[in-house]
Amino acid sequence: MCQVDEEYNGQLEHRGAPRVSKKCVKCKENTAVLIIRAGDAFCRGCFKDYFIHKFRAMLGKNRVIFPGEKVLLAVSGGPASISMLSQVQEGLSRDAPKKLRFVPGIIYIDDGGASGQSMEERKRAVAQLESVFRATNYHYHIVHLEQVSSLPSSVLEAGSSATEKPETGLSYKAAVDHFIQTRKNQNQHSDLSVENGQSHLSSLSMQEVQNEVTSPITPEHTQALQRLFASVRTLTAKEDLLHTLRQHLILHTARTQGYTKVMMGDSCSRLAIKLLSNISLGRGASLAMDTGFSDPRYGDVVIVRPMRDYSSKEIAYYNRMFDIPSVFIPGLDTKAQDKASIQRLTESFVTKLQTDFPSTVSTIYRTSEKLHTACPPQNTNTQLSAKCLLCVCALDTKLEEFSAYQATLISEQLSQRRGQGPGFTPGGQSQGCETGEGGCCSSAKSVGIHVSCPQCIRLQCLHYCTAGLCTLSVQNINTVLILRCNPPLFGLYKVSKAFHRDAGPC
Amino acid sequence: MPVLCSSCAEKRAVLKRPKTAHSLCKECFFWAFEEEVHQTIVSAQLFKHGETVGIGASGGKDSTVLAHVMKVLNERYNYGLKLLLLSVDEGITGYRDDSLETVKRNQQQYELPLKIVSYEELYGWTMDAIVKQVGLKNNCTFCGVFRRQALDRGAMMLKVDKICTGHNADDVAETVLMNVLRGDIARLRRCTAISTASEGEGVVPRCKPLKYAYEKEIVLYAYFKKLDYFSTECIYSPNAYRGHARTFLKDLEAVRPSAIMDVIHSGENLSVREGVKMPVQGTCGRCGYISSQALCKSCVLLEGLNRGLPRLGIGKHHRLHEKILSQQPLTQVEERKLKAVNF
Repeated sequence: MCQVDEEYNGQLEHRGAPRVSKKCVKCKENTAVLIIRAGDAFCRGCFKDYFIHKFRAMLGKNRVIFPGEKVLLAVSGGPASISMLSQVQEGLSRDAPKKLRFVPGIIYIDDGGASGQSMEERKRAVAQLESVFRATNYHYHIVHLEQVSSLPSSVLEAGSSATEKPETGLSYKAAVDHFIQTRKNQNQHSDLSVENGQSHLSSLSMQEVQNEVTSPITPEHTQALQRLFASVRTLTAKEDLLHTLRQHLILHTARTQGYTKVMMGDSCSRLAIKLLSNISLGRGASLAMDTGFSDPRYGDVVIVRPMRDYSSKEIAYYNRMFDIPSVFIPGLDTKAQDKASIQRLTESFVTKLQTDFPSTVSTIYRTSEKLHTACPPQNTNTQLSAKCLLCVCALDTKLEEFSAYQATLISEQLSQRRGQGPGFTPGGQSQGCETGEGGCCSSAKSVGIHVSCPQCIRLQCLHYCTAGLCTLSVQNINTVLILRCNPPLFGLYKVSKAFHRDAGPC
Repeated sequence: MPVLCSSCAEKRAVLKRPKTAHSLCKECFFWAFEEEVHQTIVSAQLFKHGETVGIGASGGKDSTVLAHVMKVLNERYNYGLKLLLLSVDEGITGYRDDSLETVKRNQQQYELPLKIVSYEELYGWTMDAIVKQVGLKNNCTFCGVFRRQALDRGAMMLKVDKICTGHNADDVAETVLMNVLRGDIARLRRCTAISTASEGEGVVPRCKPLKYAYEKEIVLYAYFKKLDYFSTECIYSPNAYRGHARTFLKDLEAVRPSAIMDVIHSGENLSVREGVKMPVQGTCGRCGYISSQALCKSCVLLEGLNRGLPRLGIGKHHRLHEKILSQQPLTQVEERKLKAVNF
């Protein structure tokens, strides 16, 4: 109704009530059992074909999965990711000529520690999922969120692409040949899948045993994690933090176990919500990577989202009709009110709007498709300094032209004590957020950022709105530094290195 | 223990700034607000010395505050601008006629010349008559399109170099959200620009000096300065699609006040993929106004109204442009489609 380029059919005036004895629109023989979208009725068989075909078409259209590649499936237990798992099973088991050819592995991240679940509940959930995983006969990894404290700092860097796939010129077939060639060379030299830049990323102190739950979690770990989450005051920031930590854990597992692709189970509805909430959080610059099909920001590990064409309604119907078991695990925002966090608010907004305007989700999806998806060429020498510490996306805080970011800085300065600003010249370059340079422990004040310390180093963001958003206590050097990666905290990318330099309390 | 102003630390604070949550006294707030608008104008280089600037004045809080602040800054910082007020009368009884009285009072208070253009004299239709034909749902399209052209025509009559409007941060953020929801990539790219393109004749560039000012702060400013403004909503607005984006934005602001600036920041940093079809600027075949199609939108809408086909102009209609231009009659099927009205 309110879309640009909308076509009005005459059918809008003569809309008959949906009848039970409608025929399937595809085969036109069997009776329909369900209706998707506005009026497409499908019978059971045709729906299954349609569902499976969509998955294959999505993978086939964007040719990023090479045959023989190791692909990690990120499963959270929810309907979309379990559906993705079953689709992969379908695709790999088919005798059809176009069988999917890659080596899958499964990862499940247990974040019960952050959402306040007890150990028994977590063990139960893990056991349920393990039975599902064992039925698939794929390798699986159960990773606990507490292990984030033993992640190395290499997880914050983008590795160089193991297979240098050129952007243009080479066809898919040639790229596949190139990939297989590289793999052969690798296998000849060593048994580990290491290559130039990757060796230092793989050699780590984390112990992992394949196919089993990783080293048992002590209550101290859980408490440390809970302290971390308690220090973040708003639910929005907590969800953000959880998402970032999960990404890091998945990335790390993929790197250590030699997976070059990660499949996430984000459905169309969830991606539409993610797009809107990312816009509201200020992450407009990285929208294409956050919600696009492929996410190349980590370089060596590419994240793909094959379920992005499915609405949650279709997934729910499919799971019900074909008995795909999904496990419900309560998260941070379960039973939270509408206004508890930005993500929650966006979710309720989109779902309500969808009931009045049924094309909302697909329109948002189409908008996200038109956004820039090509990643700028990874020039690790020059570009490394311009990446955010946490989300490894290019910084969007340049101050050349007048922008919302600059306006924010000006407002901040004008509302505070006159005469005590940090020499901000309007329209010119601000001091920037390069507080990390020259020592983490100085109380160098930049616009809105204090870095002070005694024993624990606390980073407090004094950004007006997000006051107290990211308070982190870094207790030892190996703890991952958590910041809110949005202006104005970008400049602290070098702080992690500064921490390494000044080991111990300042 | 009274809270002191965080800026001068001498006087008691009387308000908490919605944008930064600092507590400020009246004078510091006025100073901060005016300074921010000044910084916006200077850094974005909105005006040149000696230009004639038309202020789009509706009598509402945004345009009243804009007129006041422009006058103050023009004198304080010697912009050297010649200011005048430009107002549009859409013909909405109970709303516009009242707000026009406010504009006339503003004219006397600020001692600025005033020009009023009305839909009746430009197009021959008032909004009330349009709503009777079109219904309650899609009439904002008509009003917005007509008003833009009316502003430009008025500006050309007065020979101004630039028009400035009172769009605030909330408006820009709502526009970004609305364009994402509607899938309008072309507008999404352009809507966060602080001023429109300035090439081409017959086009008067428009800018938004209040782009980074929150609506709440504008209200506070107007209240504390005791400015005279008209504060009722348009009577047709409850059914607009923008209302959804607005409610969402208000909720966002309640959760996190910086969300408004974050949305604008996201909008400014969006990059569109190459190869996406974008509209190309041309001129209208009938009136010569700028347009990306064969006929400009207001000509299409007017044609629809005059022929009794209210849905012409809502939805896809490029194929009909040639027919309209050459005055051919439309077929039965097309006429039937375009007549349907739902209330």
